[in-house]
Amino acid sequence: MIIKDLEKLNEFEFLVQGDLNKEIKGCFIGDLLSWVMAKGQPGDAWVTVQAHLNVVAVALLREFACLIICDGASIAEETIEKCKEEEFTLIKTELSAYEVSKVLSKLL
Amino acid sequence: MLTKKYLVKEKDYVNAGKVSSSIKKELKEIGVDESVIRKIAIASYEAEINMIIHANGGEIIFSIDDGIIELVFADTGPGIPNIELALTPGWSTASEKARQMGFGAGMGLVNIKRYSDSFDLKTSTEGTTITLQFKVF
Repeated sequence: MIIKDLEKLNEFEFLVQGDLNKEIKGCFIGDLLSWVMAKGQPGDAWVTVQAHLNVVAVALLREFACLIICDGASIAEETIEKCKEEEFTLIKTELSAYEVSKVLSKLL
Repeated sequence: MLTKKYLVKEKDYVNAGKVSSSIKKELKEIGVDESVIRKIAIASYEAEINMIIHANGGEIIFSIDDGIIELVFADTGPGIPNIELALTPGWSTASEKARQMGFGAGMGLVNIKRYSDSFDLKTSTEGTTITLQFKVF
């Protein structure tokens, strides 16, 4: 699947649109940055409630496909700005991490 | 031989990971294998974060020579009182603020050691220096 496939779904609000044709190869759910760094895989959609600026650094270092902030967690303005600067897709959703993974698993 | 020096500021959570990103970019430009870059990125990010959370910032020296990439993380922080404990998965002294941000999982030093080919840690009450080496091939 590609990121664009999520755009059609009402549950996902695209705050920053990066390369929407980028492939999503998998999904990683986690809020502990060390675990995310060590266990996440390039091409994963990273689902988390962490929405401060530093998650962008982790997402870029791990070469995730996109960042999905779940459970309606509030997102720092500087996180949005950084994603814009890096042209990295940032998605917000009210869905839980579990519900996001269900959606992704159907599309993957 | 290529050598670069980067400064890391104390409690600068906002820019945490910036040096590791620069190093990763450098390695990509040189053409280092993706699997090696991944190991370096993980270890480097963790060490950079540790300098920000636990020490007073410091400097990171990146060098590459004869197929070996070396990273030195030198800080002037309070030092690590018990290295054995610090290398125990899940053990952390991170502040509440750091934990809320998703840091302080107690996997920092564990991952640094795990993903490096050579790991050396020297610590005293005057600071900590971690030297990591990675084989390029």
